[in-house]
Amino acid sequence: MNDITETDLHAFADGQLEEARRLRVEAHLATDAAAAESVRIWREQGEALRALYNRVLNEPVPQRLLAAGARRRRWPYYALAAGALGLSFGLGWMTRAYRADASVETAALPRRAAVAYAVYAPEVRHPVEVGADHQDQLVKWLSKRLGHELRVPILTRQGFQLVGGRLLPGRTGPVAQFMYQNAKGKRITLYVSRHQAGPRDTAFRFSQEDKISVFYWIDGTLGYALSAEMPRAHLLDVATAVYSQLSP
Amino acid sequence: MDSTEIAAHIPRLRRYARALAGDSDRADDLVQDTLERALAKFHLWRGGSDMRAWMFAIMHNVFINQLKQRRELALDEAAEARLEGAPRADSLELRDLDAALKRLPTEQREVLLLVGLEQLSYSEASQALNVPVGTVMSRLSRGRERLRALMSGAMPAANLKLVK
Repeated sequence: MNDITETDLHAFADGQLEEARRLRVEAHLATDAAAAESVRIWREQGEALRALYNRVLNEPVPQRLLAAGARRRRWPYYALAAGALGLSFGLGWMTRAYRADASVETAALPRRAAVAYAVYAPEVRHPVEVGADHQDQLVKWLSKRLGHELRVPILTRQGFQLVGGRLLPGRTGPVAQFMYQNAKGKRITLYVSRHQAGPRDTAFRFSQEDKISVFYWIDGTLGYALSAEMPRAHLLDVATAVYSQLSP
Repeated sequence: MDSTEIAAHIPRLRRYARALAGDSDRADDLVQDTLERALAKFHLWRGGSDMRAWMFAIMHNVFINQLKQRRELALDEAAEARLEGAPRADSLELRDLDAALKRLPTEQREVLLLVGLEQLSYSEASQALNVPVGTVMSRLSRGRERLRALMSGAMPAANLKLVK
């Protein structure tokens, strides 16, 4: 006989055995049809679970989750969280506590953009809803949802290609997020939201949100924020290009 | 230590919560409570240790507390059935899987989802559930066999094959 246990079979099905042990189990399965059938079914269970629930990864994250920790009745948490000052905390605080005050709305823009960057930039499989291969449809769709004609800056001279975009929930309506990537896999997002506190322009500004650098500005009724996890000086070059293309 | 990492875990926390709690509103409530707890307890997180397992551990505690509260509310069976609702699924086989999953005991469902859906290592699952690895393995074994029985009882075994 042999020393293969049921735990070995599970670990084999889950790819959690070291190589030598894996080979022994594999050899055993060739001679034990019932065990091989169990392993097959367990693997199918896992595949079926992922097929059923993976779509959740691609759904836009509800604003209430991005703002989690901001429910005012739970304010004592803020004091505890203050030491860690998470972005979600900052986001919720700014948006809930001050509502639509124009200057504060402007100040909340880079935070919201940085949170959206932190959520989607690390995604390997579903960073965007619509890919750059359907750029025309992407721009048409997002323009329609935001109720404003959008333009997508071209950043190839800065080494960045458009990956695609997605629609996000924002405090004052839908938000568009465009994602770019360079040859090294470094990602940049352009966050575009409708600015509802009346048309007004602001200058080109910078905000450091934890590790994420954000350049942002308001142009008429649109707020733009360019975010990336890179030093300010590196992002400045790209931000300047975006600004000059969108708000010349 | 980087608190933006918490936000980065949201999509995966939502996937797990959806499978665990079934109903999408309840699942997002679970995620929201988990995020609040994680932010409040962030200073307790030992930097360098596995943040994913840590977040799943918080969600486990929140979920168990919610179950206790629900039990205390003594929801009748009809209310339970309403909460479980009709899942949105992509095919008949997958709907059956969703229904079968809900019929597993919570402790087996959690292990099955952490290992099968989230693909955590056994040691990460053991951290997340705060039980020894041996307990993870026995729950995994019972959960998988029970799911297999539920699925084969509901339909011919061949239907378990997934339409990708």
